[in-house]
Amino acid sequence: MNDSLDPRINRLKLNKTDDPCKVEEGENWNVFEVFHQEKRGAHHEHVGCVHAPDAGLALVFAKEQFGRRKKCVNLWVVRSADILAFDVEDEDMFANNLEKTYRDASGFKVMEKINKFKAQAKPANDK
Amino acid sequence: MLLNQLIKELITKMGDDELIIGHRNSEWTGLGPIMEEDIAFSSMAQDKIGHSWALYRILHEELGGEDPDQFAFMRSEKEFKCCHLTEMPIGSYDFSLMRHFLFDHAETVRYNSMLQSSFLPLQQLARKVRGELKYHTLHADAWIIQLCRAGEESYLKMQTALDNCFQLACGIFEAGPDDKLLADEKVYPGEEALYGQWIENIYPVLVKASLNVPERKEPVYGGRYGKHTAYLQPLLNEMGEVFRLNPEATW
Repeated sequence: MNDSLDPRINRLKLNKTDDPCKVEEGENWNVFEVFHQEKRGAHHEHVGCVHAPDAGLALVFAKEQFGRRKKCVNLWVVRSADILAFDVEDEDMFANNLEKTYRDASGFKVMEKINKFKAQAKPANDK
Repeated sequence: MLLNQLIKELITKMGDDELIIGHRNSEWTGLGPIMEEDIAFSSMAQDKIGHSWALYRILHEELGGEDPDQFAFMRSEKEFKCCHLTEMPIGSYDFSLMRHFLFDHAETVRYNSMLQSSFLPLQQLARKVRGELKYHTLHADAWIIQLCRAGEESYLKMQTALDNCFQLACGIFEAGPDDKLLADEKVYPGEEALYGQWIENIYPVLVKASLNVPERKEPVYGGRYGKHTAYLQPLLNEMGEVFRLNPEATW
Protein backbone atom coordinates (compact mmCIF):
# COMPACT_ATOMS: atom_id res chain seq x y z
CA MET A 1 0.00 0.00 0.00
CA ASN A 2 1.22 3.45 -0.82
CA ASP A 3 1.81 5.97 1.92
CA SER A 4 -0.64 8.19 0.17
CA LEU A 5 -3.21 7.53 -2.51
CA ASP A 6 -2.07 10.61 -4.37
CA PRO A 7 1.41 10.50 -5.90
CA ARG A 8 1.71 14.26 -5.70
CA ILE A 9 1.53 14.12 -1.93
CA ASN A 10 4.31 11.54 -1.82
CA ARG A 11 6.48 13.87 -3.83
CA LEU A 12 6.05 16.69 -1.39
CA LYS A 13 7.24 14.40 1.40
CA LEU A 14 4.35 15.35 3.66
CA ASN A 15 4.55 11.92 5.25
CA LYS A 16 8.04 12.46 6.60
CA THR A 17 7.07 13.03 10.19
CA ASP A 18 7.56 10.88 13.26
CA ASP A 19 3.88 10.13 13.40
CA PRO A 20 2.91 9.14 9.85
CA CYS A 21 -0.66 9.48 8.73
CA LYS A 22 -1.73 5.97 7.77
CA VAL A 23 -4.42 5.36 5.21
CA GLU A 24 -6.10 2.03 5.79
CA GLU A 25 -7.32 -0.05 2.87
CA GLY A 26 -10.89 0.94 2.06
CA GLU A 27 -10.82 3.92 4.39
CA ASN A 28 -10.28 6.41 1.65
CA TRP A 29 -11.33 6.49 -1.95
CA ASN A 30 -8.73 6.53 -4.69
CA VAL A 31 -7.97 9.43 -6.94
CA PHE A 32 -8.21 8.67 -10.65
CA GLU A 33 -6.81 10.83 -13.42
CA VAL A 34 -9.21 11.33 -16.31
CA PHE A 35 -8.27 11.49 -19.98
CA HIS A 36 -10.74 12.76 -22.54
CA GLN A 37 -10.90 11.72 -26.20
CA GLU A 38 -12.64 14.16 -28.49
CA LYS A 39 -12.88 12.00 -31.60
CA ARG A 40 -11.97 8.48 -32.56
CA GLY A 41 -8.26 8.12 -33.21
CA ALA A 42 -7.40 11.36 -31.39
CA HIS A 43 -5.11 11.45 -28.35
CA HIS A 44 -6.66 11.12 -24.93
CA GLU A 45 -5.98 14.39 -23.16
CA HIS A 46 -5.73 14.82 -19.41
CA VAL A 47 -8.64 16.88 -18.11
CA GLY A 48 -8.66 16.39 -14.34
CA CYS A 49 -9.40 13.81 -11.71
CA VAL A 50 -12.24 12.16 -9.80
CA HIS A 51 -12.51 10.33 -6.47
CA ALA A 52 -13.97 6.85 -6.63
CA PRO A 53 -13.80 3.53 -4.82
CA ASP A 54 -12.73 1.66 -7.96
CA ALA A 55 -11.92 2.15 -11.62
CA GLY A 56 -15.44 1.25 -12.75
CA LEU A 57 -17.14 3.93 -10.69
CA ALA A 58 -14.35 6.36 -11.56
CA LEU A 59 -15.32 5.97 -15.21
CA VAL A 60 -19.01 6.39 -14.33
CA PHE A 61 -18.23 9.63 -12.49
CA ALA A 62 -15.81 10.86 -15.13
CA LYS A 63 -18.49 10.57 -17.78
CA GLU A 64 -20.66 13.20 -16.11
CA GLN A 65 -17.78 15.35 -14.82
CA PHE A 66 -15.83 15.59 -18.03
CA GLY A 67 -17.91 14.08 -20.82
CA ARG A 68 -21.24 15.82 -20.56
CA ARG A 69 -20.57 19.12 -22.28
CA LYS A 70 -18.17 19.23 -25.21
CA LYS A 71 -17.78 16.48 -27.75
CA CYS A 72 -16.51 13.23 -26.31
CA VAL A 73 -16.27 9.72 -27.70
CA ASN A 74 -14.36 7.97 -24.94
CA LEU A 75 -12.61 8.45 -21.62
CA TRP A 76 -9.75 6.76 -19.81
CA VAL A 77 -9.26 6.63 -16.07
CA VAL A 78 -5.97 5.73 -14.44
CA ARG A 79 -5.37 5.43 -10.71
CA SER A 80 -3.24 8.46 -9.84
CA ALA A 81 -1.01 6.26 -7.68
CA ASP A 82 -0.15 4.17 -10.75
CA ILE A 83 1.38 7.16 -12.50
CA LEU A 84 5.15 7.36 -12.24
CA ALA A 85 6.57 10.87 -12.31
CA PHE A 86 9.97 12.46 -11.75
CA ASP A 87 10.67 14.16 -8.49
CA VAL A 88 10.42 17.92 -8.45
CA GLU A 89 14.12 18.25 -7.59
CA ASP A 90 15.01 16.29 -10.74
CA GLU A 91 13.63 19.08 -12.87
CA ASP A 92 17.27 20.04 -13.60
CA MET A 93 17.39 17.15 -16.08
CA PHE A 94 15.34 19.34 -18.39
CA ALA A 95 17.05 22.62 -17.54
CA ASN A 96 19.30 22.93 -20.58
CA ASN A 97 16.61 22.14 -23.13
CA LEU A 98 16.21 25.77 -24.10
CA GLU A 99 19.89 26.04 -25.02
CA LYS A 100 19.79 23.05 -27.35
CA THR A 101 18.06 24.95 -30.08
CA TYR A 102 19.55 22.63 -32.68
CA ARG A 103 16.94 20.14 -31.45
CA ASP A 104 14.05 22.50 -32.15
CA ALA A 105 12.07 21.90 -35.27
CA SER A 106 11.98 25.69 -35.51
CA GLY A 107 15.75 25.59 -36.15
CA PHE A 108 15.08 24.60 -39.74
CA LYS A 109 15.00 27.82 -41.72
CA VAL A 110 12.54 27.03 -44.43
CA MET A 111 10.53 30.25 -44.64
CA GLU A 112 13.19 31.90 -46.84
CA LYS A 113 13.01 29.01 -49.29
CA ILE A 114 9.22 29.06 -49.25
CA ASN A 115 9.11 32.81 -49.87
CA LYS A 116 11.65 32.50 -52.66
CA PHE A 117 9.59 29.75 -54.25
CA LYS A 118 6.39 31.84 -53.94
CA ALA A 119 8.11 34.80 -55.53
CA GLN A 120 9.18 32.61 -58.45
CA ALA A 121 5.79 31.00 -58.83
CA LYS A 122 3.84 34.26 -58.82
CA PRO A 123 4.85 35.72 -62.18
CA ALA A 124 4.13 32.34 -63.75
CA ASN A 125 0.54 32.48 -62.45
CA ASP A 126 0.06 36.03 -63.70
CA LYS A 127 0.68 35.09 -67.30
CA MET B 1 -61.27 3.73 -26.54
CA LEU B 2 -59.73 5.16 -29.69
CA LEU B 3 -56.14 4.26 -30.46
CA ASN B 4 -55.05 7.90 -30.40
CA GLN B 5 -56.54 8.36 -26.95
CA LEU B 6 -54.69 5.26 -25.72
CA ILE B 7 -51.40 6.56 -27.14
CA LYS B 8 -52.05 9.88 -25.38
CA GLU B 9 -52.56 8.10 -22.07
CA LEU B 10 -49.43 6.04 -22.59
CA ILE B 11 -47.29 9.08 -23.33
CA THR B 12 -48.83 11.05 -20.47
CA LYS B 13 -47.98 8.43 -17.88
CA MET B 14 -44.46 8.06 -19.29
CA GLY B 15 -43.91 11.82 -19.27
CA ASP B 16 -45.35 12.24 -15.78
CA ASP B 17 -43.12 9.49 -14.39
CA GLU B 18 -40.09 11.22 -15.89
CA LEU B 19 -41.05 14.69 -14.69
CA ILE B 20 -41.81 13.64 -11.13
CA ILE B 21 -38.80 11.38 -10.62
CA GLY B 22 -36.64 14.02 -12.32
CA HIS B 23 -37.89 16.58 -9.82
CA ARG B 24 -37.40 14.20 -6.89
CA ASN B 25 -33.86 13.24 -7.90
CA SER B 26 -32.95 16.88 -8.43
CA GLU B 27 -33.73 17.43 -4.74
CA TRP B 28 -30.37 15.75 -4.11
CA THR B 29 -28.50 18.51 -5.93
CA GLY B 30 -25.99 19.97 -3.48
CA LEU B 31 -26.71 17.21 -0.94
CA GLY B 32 -25.22 14.19 -2.72
CA PRO B 33 -22.86 11.97 -0.74
CA ILE B 34 -19.80 13.15 -2.67
CA MET B 35 -19.28 15.82 -5.29
CA GLU B 36 -18.77 13.43 -8.21
CA GLU B 37 -21.98 11.60 -7.41
CA ASP B 38 -23.85 14.84 -6.81
CA ILE B 39 -22.97 15.95 -10.34
CA ALA B 40 -23.81 12.61 -11.92
CA PHE B 41 -27.15 12.26 -10.13
CA SER B 42 -28.18 15.85 -10.86
CA SER B 43 -27.24 15.47 -14.48
CA MET B 44 -29.37 12.35 -14.81
CA ALA B 45 -32.26 14.13 -13.09
CA GLN B 46 -32.00 16.78 -15.80
CA ASP B 47 -32.07 14.03 -18.42
CA LYS B 48 -35.35 12.78 -16.95
CA ILE B 49 -36.92 16.21 -17.15
CA GLY B 50 -35.64 16.42 -20.73
CA HIS B 51 -37.38 13.14 -21.51
CA SER B 52 -40.65 14.40 -20.04
CA TRP B 53 -40.38 17.55 -22.15
CA ALA B 54 -39.81 15.46 -25.28
CA LEU B 55 -42.86 13.33 -24.48
CA TYR B 56 -45.08 16.35 -23.73
CA ARG B 57 -43.93 17.83 -27.00
CA ILE B 58 -45.09 14.72 -28.85
CA LEU B 59 -48.49 15.16 -27.17
CA HIS B 60 -48.53 18.81 -28.18
CA GLU B 61 -47.27 18.48 -31.74
CA GLU B 62 -48.65 15.12 -32.84
CA LEU B 63 -51.76 14.56 -30.75
CA GLY B 64 -53.30 17.99 -30.28
CA GLY B 65 -52.24 18.35 -26.64
CA GLU B 66 -51.48 21.49 -24.67
CA ASP B 67 -48.28 23.48 -24.60
CA PRO B 68 -45.69 21.37 -22.70
CA ASP B 69 -45.07 23.96 -19.96
CA GLN B 70 -48.78 24.45 -19.31
CA PHE B 71 -49.24 20.70 -19.33
CA ALA B 72 -46.40 20.18 -16.84
CA PHE B 73 -47.18 22.95 -14.39
CA MET B 74 -50.89 23.77 -14.57
CA ARG B 75 -52.59 20.38 -14.29
CA SER B 76 -54.32 19.27 -11.11
CA GLU B 77 -53.04 16.33 -9.09
CA LYS B 78 -55.78 14.02 -10.42
CA GLU B 79 -54.71 14.67 -14.00
CA PHE B 80 -51.20 13.34 -13.28
CA LYS B 81 -50.62 9.71 -14.22
CA CYS B 82 -47.28 9.04 -12.57
CA CYS B 83 -46.83 5.88 -10.48
CA HIS B 84 -46.39 6.10 -6.71
CA LEU B 85 -42.74 5.05 -6.86
CA THR B 86 -41.82 8.39 -8.44
CA GLU B 87 -43.79 10.44 -5.90
CA MET B 88 -42.14 9.12 -2.75
CA PRO B 89 -39.88 11.57 -0.89
CA ILE B 90 -36.16 11.09 -1.49
CA GLY B 91 -35.59 9.49 1.92
CA SER B 92 -31.99 8.48 2.40
CA TYR B 93 -29.54 7.79 -0.39
CA ASP B 94 -30.05 4.00 -0.31
CA PHE B 95 -33.74 4.48 -1.09
CA SER B 96 -33.11 7.04 -3.84
CA LEU B 97 -30.43 4.88 -5.44
CA MET B 98 -32.61 1.78 -5.38
CA ARG B 99 -35.51 3.72 -6.87
CA HIS B 100 -33.16 5.05 -9.54
CA PHE B 101 -31.97 1.49 -10.29
CA LEU B 102 -35.47 -0.02 -10.51
CA PHE B 103 -36.99 2.91 -12.40
CA ASP B 104 -34.23 3.33 -14.95
CA HIS B 105 -34.20 -0.34 -15.84
CA ALA B 106 -37.97 -0.14 -16.31
CA GLU B 107 -37.55 2.98 -18.44
CA THR B 108 -34.90 1.24 -20.54
CA VAL B 109 -37.14 -1.77 -21.14
CA ARG B 110 -40.00 0.55 -22.12
CA TYR B 111 -38.01 2.64 -24.60
CA ASN B 112 -36.29 -0.44 -26.03
CA SER B 113 -39.70 -1.96 -26.70
CA MET B 114 -40.55 1.19 -28.65
CA LEU B 115 -37.57 0.99 -31.01
CA GLN B 116 -39.96 -0.81 -33.34
CA SER B 117 -43.09 1.14 -32.39
CA SER B 118 -45.65 1.74 -35.11
CA PHE B 119 -46.07 5.24 -33.63
CA LEU B 120 -43.08 6.93 -35.25
CA PRO B 121 -42.51 9.84 -32.80
CA LEU B 122 -42.06 7.30 -29.99
CA GLN B 123 -39.76 5.21 -32.13
CA GLN B 124 -37.59 8.25 -32.84
CA LEU B 125 -37.49 9.29 -29.19
CA ALA B 126 -36.58 5.75 -28.15
CA ARG B 127 -33.59 5.87 -30.47
CA LYS B 128 -32.58 9.28 -29.19
CA VAL B 129 -32.55 8.44 -25.48
CA ARG B 130 -30.94 5.01 -25.81
CA GLY B 131 -27.39 6.22 -25.10
CA GLU B 132 -28.47 8.27 -22.10
CA LEU B 133 -30.32 5.35 -20.57
CA LYS B 134 -27.35 3.08 -21.11
CA TYR B 135 -25.37 5.42 -18.88
CA HIS B 136 -28.14 5.68 -16.29
CA THR B 137 -28.35 1.91 -15.83
CA LEU B 138 -24.56 1.55 -15.88
CA HIS B 139 -24.39 4.11 -13.08
CA ALA B 140 -27.19 2.42 -11.11
CA ASP B 141 -25.74 -1.10 -11.51
CA ALA B 142 -22.27 0.02 -10.45
CA TRP B 143 -23.61 1.64 -7.27
CA ILE B 144 -25.91 -1.23 -6.30
CA ILE B 145 -23.12 -3.79 -6.64
CA GLN B 146 -20.59 -1.54 -4.93
CA LEU B 147 -22.78 -0.83 -1.91
CA CYS B 148 -23.92 -4.43 -1.53
CA ARG B 149 -20.30 -5.51 -1.27
CA ALA B 150 -19.28 -2.79 1.15
CA GLY B 151 -19.89 -4.59 4.43
CA GLU B 152 -22.86 -5.83 6.41
CA GLU B 153 -24.37 -2.48 7.37
CA SER B 154 -24.28 -1.29 3.79
CA TYR B 155 -25.66 -4.58 2.46
CA LEU B 156 -28.56 -4.57 4.93
CA LYS B 157 -29.45 -1.01 3.99
CA MET B 158 -29.60 -1.97 0.33
CA GLN B 159 -31.75 -5.05 1.01
CA THR B 160 -34.12 -2.89 3.09
CA ALA B 161 -34.23 -0.32 0.31
CA LEU B 162 -35.09 -3.03 -2.22
CA ASP B 163 -37.83 -4.40 0.06
CA ASN B 164 -39.25 -0.88 0.47
CA CYS B 165 -39.10 -0.06 -3.24
CA PHE B 166 -40.09 -3.30 -4.89
CA GLN B 167 -43.90 -3.28 -4.65
CA LEU B 168 -43.86 0.41 -5.55
CA ALA B 169 -41.70 -0.37 -8.58
CA CYS B 170 -44.12 -3.10 -9.66
CA GLY B 171 -46.68 -0.27 -9.79
CA ILE B 172 -44.80 1.13 -12.80
CA PHE B 173 -46.39 -1.72 -14.74
CA GLU B 174 -50.02 -1.07 -13.81
CA ALA B 175 -52.07 -2.10 -16.83
CA GLY B 176 -53.54 0.64 -19.00
CA PRO B 177 -57.20 0.73 -20.10
CA ASP B 178 -56.49 -1.35 -23.24
CA ASP B 179 -52.89 -2.54 -23.49
CA LYS B 180 -54.00 -5.32 -25.82
CA LEU B 181 -55.06 -2.88 -28.52
CA LEU B 182 -51.76 -0.97 -28.17
CA ALA B 183 -49.91 -4.28 -28.48
CA ASP B 184 -52.01 -5.42 -31.46
CA GLU B 185 -51.34 -2.09 -33.15
CA LYS B 186 -47.62 -2.54 -32.37
CA VAL B 187 -47.33 0.73 -30.44
CA TYR B 188 -45.67 -1.13 -27.56
CA PRO B 189 -46.01 -4.65 -26.13
CA GLY B 190 -48.09 -3.71 -23.06
CA GLU B 191 -47.27 -3.47 -19.37
CA GLU B 192 -47.18 -7.17 -18.50
CA ALA B 193 -44.63 -7.89 -21.24
CA LEU B 194 -42.48 -4.99 -20.02
CA TYR B 195 -42.68 -6.30 -16.45
CA GLY B 196 -41.37 -9.70 -17.57
CA GLN B 197 -38.46 -8.16 -19.43
CA TRP B 198 -37.70 -5.83 -16.52
CA ILE B 199 -37.43 -8.73 -14.05
CA GLU B 200 -35.20 -10.54 -16.51
CA ASN B 201 -32.89 -7.51 -16.75
CA ILE B 202 -32.63 -6.57 -13.07
CA TYR B 203 -32.32 -10.14 -11.82
CA PRO B 204 -28.67 -10.75 -12.81
CA VAL B 205 -27.59 -7.46 -11.21
CA LEU B 206 -29.45 -8.20 -7.99
CA VAL B 207 -27.95 -11.70 -7.91
CA LYS B 208 -24.48 -10.24 -8.39
CA ALA B 209 -25.24 -7.93 -5.47
CA SER B 210 -26.47 -10.97 -3.44
CA LEU B 211 -29.83 -9.27 -2.85
CA ASN B 212 -33.01 -11.27 -2.36
CA VAL B 213 -35.63 -10.32 -4.91
CA PRO B 214 -39.07 -9.99 -3.30
CA GLU B 215 -42.12 -11.46 -4.98
CA ARG B 216 -44.72 -9.31 -6.67
CA LYS B 217 -47.36 -9.65 -3.97
CA GLU B 218 -49.05 -6.28 -3.55
CA PRO B 219 -47.99 -4.02 -6.38
CA VAL B 220 -48.83 -0.41 -5.59
CA TYR B 221 -51.35 0.63 -8.22
CA GLY B 222 -53.54 3.70 -8.63
CA GLY B 223 -51.16 6.31 -10.02
CA ARG B 224 -52.06 5.57 -13.64
CA TYR B 225 -55.69 6.41 -12.86
CA GLY B 226 -55.04 9.64 -10.98
CA LYS B 227 -54.96 8.25 -7.44
CA HIS B 228 -51.86 9.47 -5.69
CA THR B 229 -50.02 9.49 -2.39
CA ALA B 230 -50.14 12.51 -0.10
CA TYR B 231 -46.63 13.36 -1.30
CA LEU B 232 -47.53 14.39 -4.84
CA GLN B 233 -49.57 17.54 -4.20
CA PRO B 234 -46.84 19.33 -2.18
CA LEU B 235 -44.35 18.42 -4.91
CA LEU B 236 -46.62 19.89 -7.60
CA ASN B 237 -47.10 23.04 -5.52
CA GLU B 238 -43.38 23.53 -5.24
CA MET B 239 -42.55 22.57 -8.81
CA GLY B 240 -45.09 24.94 -10.38
CA GLU B 241 -44.80 27.77 -7.87
CA VAL B 242 -42.77 30.13 -10.01
CA PHE B 243 -44.48 29.20 -13.27
CA ARG B 244 -47.91 29.93 -11.85
CA LEU B 245 -46.91 33.45 -10.80
CA ASN B 246 -47.41 34.30 -14.45
CA PRO B 247 -48.35 31.39 -16.70
CA GLU B 248 -48.16 33.63 -19.79
CA ALA B 249 -44.58 34.72 -19.20
CA THR B 250 -41.97 33.71 -21.75
CA TRP B 251 -38.73 32.20 -20.48
